[in-house]
Amino acid sequence: MRPSAVFVLLMLLALGDAHAAGAKTADAKAVDVDTNYVSLPGGQFRTALKYDDETRPLRIPAFQLMRTPVTNLQYLAFVRKQPQWRRDRVAEVFAESRYLSHWPAPLSLGGTSLPGQPVVQVSWFAAQAYCAAQGARLPTWSEWEYAAAADETRRDARKDPAWRERILSWYSKPSRQALARAGLQGPNVYGVQDLHGLVWEWTEDFSSLLVSSDDRSQGSADTAKFCGAGALAMDDRENYAVLMRVAMLSSLEGRDTTGNLGFRCARDLP
Amino acid sequence: MRTSFGLFAGLLLSIATSSAAGAPPPLPADSVYQLELTLIDQHGKRWDWRSKRGKPQLVAMFYTSCAYICPLIVDSGKAVEHALTAAERERLGILLISMDPARDTPAALQSVAVKRKLTPVRWSLASPVPDQVRSVAAVLGVRYRVQPDGEFNHTSALVLLDAEGRILARTEQMGSKLDPEFLVQVRRTLVP
Repeated sequence: MRPSAVFVLLMLLALGDAHAAGAKTADAKAVDVDTNYVSLPGGQFRTALKYDDETRPLRIPAFQLMRTPVTNLQYLAFVRKQPQWRRDRVAEVFAESRYLSHWPAPLSLGGTSLPGQPVVQVSWFAAQAYCAAQGARLPTWSEWEYAAAADETRRDARKDPAWRERILSWYSKPSRQALARAGLQGPNVYGVQDLHGLVWEWTEDFSSLLVSSDDRSQGSADTAKFCGAGALAMDDRENYAVLMRVAMLSSLEGRDTTGNLGFRCARDLP
Repeated sequence: MRTSFGLFAGLLLSIATSSAAGAPPPLPADSVYQLELTLIDQHGKRWDWRSKRGKPQLVAMFYTSCAYICPLIVDSGKAVEHALTAAERERLGILLISMDPARDTPAALQSVAVKRKLTPVRWSLASPVPDQVRSVAAVLGVRYRVQPDGEFNHTSALVLLDAEGRILARTEQMGSKLDPEFLVQVRRTLVP
């Protein structure tokens, strides 16, 4: 096993018991997080993912992205308006039993779910529905990766070892700690916050991330699982942060939830 | 004793629910038909996929221009069909849902149906509206990615739904050689 694969597996294991310990350190004050979207200019982008069939850089059209991940308070407002997404009413085909299980009751926050924290324990179907209710959608993986390549001053900071180190330091923190509030970290060059260092995020096309099991476990080949050209590999083995996100999203079903997986919405330019 | 009581209770329940203004009873929470989905089939007809409720279905996702594995998906469906008795066959529907609605027009779907001799009595080939493809794939547990050349990478599965749209079994073994356990499940579902 390569060290990178071991690392990913460890991180995936750590995800399992994330959030067990509650939110002792988080600020209890409700924060009205800015729900505005920021516009990102389009551009050429070289993804860290490698596909046999795609060697040219991607062209990302201009789009808008929420500044911060959706918070518990924002999600509560949505659930009040669309009660079919309450945890006690949601159809189980759309959300597993842990959906919003950290809320004290179907329509209240507190304890391990403070208003300003990003909402977690939400399924892809639920995240989709939230964004659709806003006239928005989930970002594609490419859009997310493009936005997340930036730091405070550069649109693409990925080659900078110091930047990589900073991002990775989050992944090495124990995930039992309570989540911080959304919006506390400095904005990147586009004005987007918390793409790193807070929660994992759903993308619209999470199920397009076809990591073959041999790539995930370095074990026996299972290439016959996917029709067409080979499944994706990583073009940038040093980019652990991206690799871990991809490994995680590729392992999920649309109804799954985890204790540190949230989302934010995107939309096309008006 | 317990069985007959269960049957009796079930009968009472079905009388009670069916007499309520003819409205169908609510879908089970784990039914894939919880997803609203409009399909356009090989005959150009547009329908809600919930119209398949009431009859067990074999469901798979495919696309017509796929050269390699999609013919195998059709083969799998046919293999199940051929393994059943005539009476069993009548109680089963087979639904192929396209992941490529832009190209899979009714004409394209119909041409596969004709070429592969898929009887319209049992087989529906249909395209969802484009922004619904990812959702229907997600309820069926199918993953896919559009390649730059318009082809797809995708996982392949034959999914068995009961009359209420609950997933009872799935197989990823494609082709004319059937997964025997899957066939057992299909048969069990078709017991009247």
